[in-house]
Amino acid sequence: MRFLIIRKADTSTEAGVAPTEELIAAMGRYNEEMVKAGVMLSGDGLQPTSKGARVKFSGGQPRVIDGPFTEAKELVAGFSILQVNSKEEAIEWVKRWPQIDGGGEVEIEIRQLYELEDFGPSEAIDRMREVGFAKPR
Amino acid sequence: MTVSDAHRAIDAVWRIESARLIAGLARIVGDVGAAEDLAQDALVAALERWPESGVPDNPGAWLMATAKHRAIDLLRRRSLLQRKHEQLGHELADRQESAVPDLDAALDDHVGDDLLRLMFTACHPVLSTDARVALTLRLVGGLTTEEIARAYLVPASTVAQRIVRAKRTLAEAGIPFEVPRGAELAARLSSVLEVIYLVFNEGYAATAGDDWMRPALCEDALRLGRILAGLAPEEPEVHGLVALMEIQASRSRARLGPSGEPVLLLDQNRARWDQLLIRRGLEALRRAEALGGREGSYALQAAIAACHARAHVAEDTDWERIAALYAALARTEPSPVVELNRAVALSMAFGPAAGLELVDELRSEPALRTYHLLPAVRGDLLDRLGRWREARTEFERAAALTRNAREREVLTQRAVECARREADALRVPAPAGPEA
Repeated sequence: MRFLIIRKADTSTEAGVAPTEELIAAMGRYNEEMVKAGVMLSGDGLQPTSKGARVKFSGGQPRVIDGPFTEAKELVAGFSILQVNSKEEAIEWVKRWPQIDGGGEVEIEIRQLYELEDFGPSEAIDRMREVGFAKPR
Repeated sequence: MTVSDAHRAIDAVWRIESARLIAGLARIVGDVGAAEDLAQDALVAALERWPESGVPDNPGAWLMATAKHRAIDLLRRRSLLQRKHEQLGHELADRQESAVPDLDAALDDHVGDDLLRLMFTACHPVLSTDARVALTLRLVGGLTTEEIARAYLVPASTVAQRIVRAKRTLAEAGIPFEVPRGAELAARLSSVLEVIYLVFNEGYAATAGDDWMRPALCEDALRLGRILAGLAPEEPEVHGLVALMEIQASRSRARLGPSGEPVLLLDQNRARWDQLLIRRGLEALRRAEALGGREGSYALQAAIAACHARAHVAEDTDWERIAALYAALARTEPSPVVELNRAVALSMAFGPAAGLELVDELRSEPALRTYHLLPAVRGDLLDRLGRWREARTEFERAAALTRNAREREVLTQRAVECARREADALRVPAPAGPEA
């Protein structure tokens, strides 16, 4: 199973405040632990939303909105993708996040990625519908 | 937290911590069997306490501290305590039970080495392949007996016995808990890589409808490979194997059709190939080559897989490079199957006649006498050359040799098509003579 780990933004990350040497080292060690455990697939930090944009579709028409965006805690400051056996394992890894990040006040969200098994059966069902087999009971 | 929540959390902790726990204990008591028993005792203690107290902040350290007390008892019973006390003295003397982080720090220096020792021991050649696989998945992978049994479609009791016998064999053979050195290292490392790749292939062979623990074996193998790459980063074939597995795994979403039937590589929808895994695989291959491992067997196989991975569509495949890589692989690991693959690559690069020349040579290979892919490939090449009567014979021979019903259908169908093409060719009227 794969999980997306989202490090929520805060006023510091949105202000583009550079992380301390201490935090860089701590995050480095943490990421290295997960790499050495064979569970970390990728990860990156995101630049503040002031450098980003949104494309909002309305009635099928796109509208571009430049950052920055408000509600820092709803924004994303960084992400990683873990490959583990269960949600509990993802949680256990995230519990080991460096405690000094965000001055000890940081929110991490864990989201499972869709996998092949989630799509496999429905494709076959779609196929059967195409040739007129599957009927609702 | 409910007991079942706690158990799931403990299972997760076990997957993360058990290998290092067992490895550290094995160094203390010198025996992986005893080490695993001690680790299991600590797990039982966790299952008893943590539902009430919650999972501790540093669960690995808690487990190690719990296990170490019993380890000391064990050594005392073995009357080895005097000698070991000297080694452990600086870690245990005057320390309170609560100074768990200090114990952990003392062990941290050894963690990587211990885990490597554990991998080499679990894959020791004195054990049968089945035993090595079971022991590695259990001790290093952290899989339970039930999980291993489900993945390999055997009863849990079979797996349990295999593991018990394996530990006994290691103990009776007096296998030391160490990383092999010098001339021995290459062969022993080969053994570890072989076990990991066997696990991967078992998962790769799983089909839709199988217990999900089976395809999950690919993930377990990848994890073991990546762990080994972190422990032995200077070994090029480790990175070669990881590269091969990452790239092969990248195709898993494209390998099955809508009704679960296998889709050949050249027919796969490449939009479904996992680019993240391909990127990781190519990076691992670069590392292998940068370490001078370009000619290693796994690195070459990974390089072949990389050629396919780099082609956005099948038509872009660099077949000449693939043919050259198979030639290199044949030099490292001469094998008729490798030569057959090289023939296919040659035919894709230079036309069917080029491949046929090599395939004709392979017909006398005893190892390929009952290998259905030889006549299948020959049939395909003859078909492309318009030699349909001969092609049909080959496809019929291939269909008779394969044990896979679906493949037999495909091969029989090709024989029928060849017969039709031959008949059509014979019906074309002769060109008009000068009298007309």
